[in-house]
This record gives sequence, structure tokens and C-alpha cells, in this order.
Amino acid sequence: MSKPKAGFYWCASCGGCEESVVDLAEDILGVVDAVDFVFFPVAMDFKRADVEALGDGEIAVCFINGALRTSEHREMAELLRRKSTYLVAYGSCSYQGGIPALGNLFTRDEILRFVYHDSPSTDNPEDDEPTPHFEAHEGDLELPQFDEDVKALDQVVDVDYYIPGCAPPPSLLKAAVEAVLSGELPPKGSVLAPDKALCEGCPRIDTKPNEPLITEFKRPWEVQIDHEKCLLAQGLLCLGPATRGGCGHVCINGNMPCTGCMGPVSRAGDHGAAAMSAIASLVDADTEEEVDRILDGIPDPAGTFYRYGMSHSVMYAKRGITCAGG
Amino acid sequence: MPDVSLPIAEERKPRIIAFFCNWCTYTASDLAGTSRMSYAPNTRVIRVMCSGRIDPEFVLTALRKGADGVLIGGCHPGDCHYQEGNYKCLRRFRLLKRYLAQMGVEDERVRLEWIAASEADRVRRVTDEMSEAIARLGPCRLEAAPSPPDRGVESEQRLAGVAS
Repeated sequence: MSKPKAGFYWCASCGGCEESVVDLAEDILGVVDAVDFVFFPVAMDFKRADVEALGDGEIAVCFINGALRTSEHREMAELLRRKSTYLVAYGSCSYQGGIPALGNLFTRDEILRFVYHDSPSTDNPEDDEPTPHFEAHEGDLELPQFDEDVKALDQVVDVDYYIPGCAPPPSLLKAAVEAVLSGELPPKGSVLAPDKALCEGCPRIDTKPNEPLITEFKRPWEVQIDHEKCLLAQGLLCLGPATRGGCGHVCINGNMPCTGCMGPVSRAGDHGAAAMSAIASLVDADTEEEVDRILDGIPDPAGTFYRYGMSHSVMYAKRGITCAGG
Repeated sequence: MPDVSLPIAEERKPRIIAFFCNWCTYTASDLAGTSRMSYAPNTRVIRVMCSGRIDPEFVLTALRKGADGVLIGGCHPGDCHYQEGNYKCLRRFRLLKRYLAQMGVEDERVRLEWIAASEADRVRRVTDEMSEAIARLGPCRLEAAPSPPDRGVESEQRLAGVAS
């Protein structure tokens, strides 16, 4: 009997999710023994035509990472959806938009203008801009359309499961592959990670403040960070109270605050709002002026509280940015 | 949860969602009513037990679902029925305002006011002011974004056997 087929594709992605496959270390041998990879652009030489030649649903499980911003991303998501029995949004970007979704704070034109004209490092004497069609000497060239906005995978196609993280912990990938192979899958739409806040089980939980005590927000490089005390108690902006655990506390153990890559726990709808609510209530001030002085220590709330989840947030995008088809 | 989204019309009066705390501002708006004061009719009041209960997500969701402005009313500093709920509201509100500014939502669309139970006239004045300000700004229109994903309880059940 032939082995179940698996796919691993990237959209607007940095390659860190692929790295997490490598981070399976020796466990990768078990995965490779159990499945046949039929599409994995970063590692193997299969083309789109190879995927198109497969029957519908023939890929047992396909993991897609990266956010979706171009017509190519949308086409590939639709193609892989059709060819796969289970489609898994893999990593923060595919799950909730991730860092690319901070592009939803700017219009498409603003981005193109900055990148192709205004950026200090741009050298573009002909004022070229990318176009979907270009007539070259060698023939007509086609580029994907650059969309107005950045979407998560489930805003384009139907998604069966989500694996959060930037990049996802290999333990979650391994558990997901095992679940697919054994057929013991949770209900469709599940986030394949523990539904507990990061603070639960945090080695520093005993020193977590219950009362407002933050008088100043500090950046990690500004302080000598205590290795045992709760990072919030040290004035460091840690999103542990509002963020899903399951990452193994790797940042906390590395003495760095949580930036929220695992997304919200299921009780919190809007991850950033939940985080803002939790963090603001720890601010030790009762007057508007004093509150504002302390909050000056958070210069970029959108980038801080929605670093990984703008596409899934209630606001989705800066007001006035329209949503492209798909 | 019932769907409270507001239908979108091309021409419409501004719609304001007001979250009033049970003990002070809601009581004041009740007093305004029993005193037969008239004020802008386009404010829909939602009573909460305390302004400290108002999660930033409530405000964001109101705007996303078609509100053009959001008014929050709580007890004056020092007067909170639960001691410090209004201070928590203030801290969250000041942070939320920074985020909203980044997201292109004008300052006047979201407002926090301390209104005591006896200040019916202040409810009238603030509601009227806000209605005029929002009418000047025009519709907020955040509805164009794709629908937020369904976050049903079942959809978040965790995979058995995955250890934290």
C-alpha cells in the first residue's frame, strides 16, 4: 500500500516554518517513513503541474504557512485545498496573518511608493513599478497581482486545523502528523495546541503581579533582566496573560518576554484587545496624565499587541483599506 | 450571542453605542428619561455593571459591526461602586485610543466621560455633543473587511494528548 501523501507550501512566509520541520531533528525520519511528500518547494523539486496532476483530495494532509497577499497565494491555496483531504494553516501568518499582516496598516499604494520610490535605499532611476504584465524581448512576462490587503489562510479557503507559533514548536507538528496518521482528529476548526494561557505553567508565575504596579515600561535592552522574577513585574511587556501556551516557554526561559506568536486562547476573541486589557490594568496610575506618561513606553500598540494577528483581529486593517476578492 | 450588527444604508444618521455603568451613568440616563429631557435619539445604550467591565474588544466590535461612535460612561474617580473599576477603564481606554489612532479612527469617535447618578443634564449634553461630532465626521465604515472567523466553542477544542 502506498504511503499517505503530504504537502508543505509557503505563501508570504520567511521560511521559519520550514525550519521548524528541520527542528523535528531525528523525529523527521519517522515522518518521512510514514508519508510521501508530493509538494515541498523549499526542499524538493516538485512543480505546480505535479500538484495539478493529482486527484482531488489525494494529498492526505497539506500544511500551508505564510499569509496571503498575492493572486498567486490565493490560487495556490485554492489548488491545494482542492487536492487535500486536510488543510492545515501552519504558523502564525497562515493562522492569523502574522507579521506580514501588519501591512494592513498601510494602503497598497503607500507600500509600493515607499518600496519602489521613497525608501532611502531604493535606487530606481526609471521609476519602475511591478506590473502583472510586462512585454519583454523574450516574450510576455506575468507577475502575480499584489493585493490591497493581507489575509489569513481561512479568509481565502476552508481550513481544517490550525497550528500556531512563529515558528510552531516541532512538538505540535509531530502531534498533528501523528493525529492525521492515526485518524484520531479533533473537531474541524480546532487549534492544535493546548488551550491554556502562557502564564499557566510559567516558571515565574509566583511573582506575577495581581495589583497594578507598572510605573514604567522598559525595553529588554534597557534593563538587567532578573532570570526568576515575572517579566511584567519588571516592567517588561510580556503578552503571557493573553497568549496561548504550548510553546514550551522558550522565550521566557531565554529571559525574553512573550510577543504573542501563539495567538489568543479560545476565550479571548481579539488577541490584541485581550492583551491590551490585561496589560493596561497593571498600569499603576489613576490620572489621565500619569496613565499617558506610562503608556508612552508603548510607542507602537498595533505592532505590539497585534504583531502576529492583524488579519484575525476585529479591526482587520487600517480604516479605509478595502478588502480584495478571494 | 444575538447578532447586533446594524444594517448599512448609504444615507444614514450616525449611530452611537454607549456603554454605561449601572451605578452612575446608566442611573443618570434613567433620570434624564424620567425627567423628560430630550436628547439625540441615535445613541443605543448598553448597561454594564461597571466601566471596568468594558473590554477594549467591546469597543472594537461595536465599530466593526456598524457603530460610528462609542461612548463610555462611568463613575467619577473615587466613586466607583467596586472601588477601582473606573480606573481600570481609564487605563484601558487610554491604551485603546492609541491603537485606534494608528488604525485611522478619529479621536472624537470614542469618548470616555465620568457621569454621576445625579448628572442627568450631563448625559443629555454629552450625548448631544457626541451625536453632532459624529455627524460631522460621517460614517465610520469598517464593515468592508472580511468577516471575523467563527470562533465557536467547538472550533477551539484542543487536541488530546498535546502537552504544554
